[in-house]
Amino acid sequence: MHSILAVDDSASMRQMVSFTLKSAGYNVVEAIDGQDAFEKAASRSFDLVLTDQNMPRMDGITLVKRLRETPQFKSTPILILTTESSDQMKQAGRAAGATGWLVKPFDPNKLLEVIQKVIR
Amino acid sequence: MGEMTTEGSQLSAGIDLSQFYQVFFEEAGENLDRMEQLLLELDIEAADDEELNAIFRCAHSIKGGAATFGFADVAELTHQMETLLDKLRRHELSPTPAMVDVLLASGDALRAQLARHQTGQGDEVDTGDLLFNIRAMVAGEAAAAPLPTQATRTSATSVEEPPQEAAGPAEAAAVEQAPAASQPAPGGERTLELEVGPLADPSQADNLQELFKEIVGLGTIEPLDGGQAHNGIRRFRVVTTSSESELLDLFTFHVSREQVKFKPAPESAPADGARPAPPSAADPGYGFFENAPGAPQPQAAAAPAASAKPAARSAPKAESKQGGALDSTTIRVSVEKVDQLINLVGELVITQAMLAQNSRQLDPVLHQQLLAGLTDLDRNTRDLQEAVMSIRMIPMSTVFSRFPRMLRDLAGKLGKKVELITHGEATELDKGLIEKITDPLTHLVRNACDHGIEPPEERLAKGKPEHGTITLSASHQGGSIVIEVRDDGRGLSREKLLKKARERGLHAPDTLTDPEVWGLIFEPGFSTAEVVTDVSGRGVGMDVVKKNITALNGTVEIDSAEGYGMRVSVRLPLTLAIMDGMSVGVGDECYILPLSSVVESFQVEPGMIKTVGTSGRVVEVRSEYMPVIELEQVFQVPRFDFERASSIMVVVEAEGGRVALLVDELLGQQQVVVKNLEANYRKVPDVSGATILGDGRVALILDVGSLVRRSRH
Repeated sequence: MHSILAVDDSASMRQMVSFTLKSAGYNVVEAIDGQDAFEKAASRSFDLVLTDQNMPRMDGITLVKRLRETPQFKSTPILILTTESSDQMKQAGRAAGATGWLVKPFDPNKLLEVIQKVIR
Repeated sequence: MGEMTTEGSQLSAGIDLSQFYQVFFEEAGENLDRMEQLLLELDIEAADDEELNAIFRCAHSIKGGAATFGFADVAELTHQMETLLDKLRRHELSPTPAMVDVLLASGDALRAQLARHQTGQGDEVDTGDLLFNIRAMVAGEAAAAPLPTQATRTSATSVEEPPQEAAGPAEAAAVEQAPAASQPAPGGERTLELEVGPLADPSQADNLQELFKEIVGLGTIEPLDGGQAHNGIRRFRVVTTSSESELLDLFTFHVSREQVKFKPAPESAPADGARPAPPSAADPGYGFFENAPGAPQPQAAAAPAASAKPAARSAPKAESKQGGALDSTTIRVSVEKVDQLINLVGELVITQAMLAQNSRQLDPVLHQQLLAGLTDLDRNTRDLQEAVMSIRMIPMSTVFSRFPRMLRDLAGKLGKKVELITHGEATELDKGLIEKITDPLTHLVRNACDHGIEPPEERLAKGKPEHGTITLSASHQGGSIVIEVRDDGRGLSREKLLKKARERGLHAPDTLTDPEVWGLIFEPGFSTAEVVTDVSGRGVGMDVVKKNITALNGTVEIDSAEGYGMRVSVRLPLTLAIMDGMSVGVGDECYILPLSSVVESFQVEPGMIKTVGTSGRVVEVRSEYMPVIELEQVFQVPRFDFERASSIMVVVEAEGGRVALLVDELLGQQQVVVKNLEANYRKVPDVSGATILGDGRVALILDVGSLVRRSRH
């Protein structure tokens, strides 16, 4: 079973993402912010990281940067879930090493669709 | 994407989002509380980056959830707030008091909107003025009159978004936040073709798309020619109900009037003014970076339609439906259920007391096991009772937390500067009591600000600091809870109060003591304010406050020093359903004293009691004289054995005074279930309630405060 690290500081969003992914048969680990996610990622690897951008302690872009610095996350797909699709944000995401982005509000179907493209 | 936000519920992939609503509402409520708190604490002159970030995140988080769950109005307002907050945290704008005001007001509006979604009741919240003011602030203007189209020319809007690559996504951005609140108004809706240019920098025209995104009800805009400029001219298709001149006024924010041309839409425009199909089909709402780690193979990304049926994977959702359920750590229970529980425990306590009493006659050797069991029962009952009672206990902070905001608004309205200090927020109080005390307290705090605290210039003239201070404190004192509202304002004026009392025809001789004079403000219709303001001094007065507190068996005391401030102490007796009591016997009667007010007891020796004047009797205890109250006389207890006389004194304390009660015997300490005498019988002087004893008899619970007051007269 593929395992996904879902990072969001909002409990409702986290629950929803997690529920959607679990319904589709993924194994989901939740993290409440970038820092938490980074700590959780230190002990094990994931098949995908799905992270919010704006979070306390550590934001999504920083998380991507930090993860890319660790060997086991060198090529793991990392998607940034964001409310803004501005070019600036995307540039920052690309520079940090993110695989792609997803615009909030997201549709559960689309989330699964996108994830299937990168998890194999 | 635009469609998604306009649909109230998204039931995509067979997932019912409503199961997450409750968490979202709770979360949004917490975020709003936090945002309000942060805004109130924000130092406008030296705003802290981390604070601004935290405020931003609150709005951002609510927006994300609201958009996902389809609460378009909430998403729209938070989106605007977020835009403003974003500029603040990036230091593109500096915070002003007006911004804090607008953000606070927006928080209120959000609360109302959320409540509407949560309950499905209530009117739509009008946020037009708020949205307009926030937009004006974002554009770098001060909050202006609420006339949306009268926007003045400023071009503080920064130009970002280079158009080359952004054609698709930028358009998506414009549609992404398409406000669902926009009225369709099919009658006046037309489709126009808009030409802008020639422009030196074609990306300027992108700002027009932003306008449509930000202004509710303006309509929709869609770039033509794939968003590319031809000879510096950009073309758009616009669907709107606004007139061309209105649109021109708006556009002149970004491009000059001469550069704008309107044409009727070509025949390819959708018929019947139907909205142009949102480009959601073209815009997937996501994307991958080329050659990024973990990116999919190119052909997969190029043909998103091929995988248009991913639902197959999500089919086995039933299996884990429960797995994703909410892991709540709290439950909501109706108050009746808790009350019933408390009543039942009360009955259990009575039964336990009865067993304890009956078992006293048993031989401890013969019934060792039974007695051990009864001891356990005693302990367990007590623990159970405490646990059950604590369900209803709520910290005072739930009441206190409403005052910072209230005082801020009030002080702003009155042109005063007030600082609020709170103590003892953790002091717990019964929920029922909290609810009932909130209104009187609010009134007292409002009074302190309105009548007590002087305007800044007056304070400075008096040599006081410009900022007035209002202190709220709560503490347990014995069996009571004392809540104080203190201010360092002008205090009460003895002369004015006496004068006013006489004007109102009240008997007010100069010989009245200070406390008696202060007590005058509890007379109906007695306002200390010289001018009735729109904040207080009208309608409800201190008399109502006093009445409400008295109804809770509480007392109100005032202490004041003219020019230095005033303190109102509200003392609430333990009106909880169960209390620790000391039972005393007088004749054949049994009375209960709240254990918390009992200081000591001793045997009366001949000569200890002295008579003062004609009727007053005092007792000397360690060279302190205390008034003596004979319960036998107060309650006219019938006596049959004339030989016997009361010979034991119990010293009790309340309201800062002590009295010695003369009784026959001490019967013991026990927990008693307080029954309201007034509700079951009628009000009896010096009695605060009644209880049922283990043997089934009714015993009166004495009101120590009232006994102390009686001794003062």
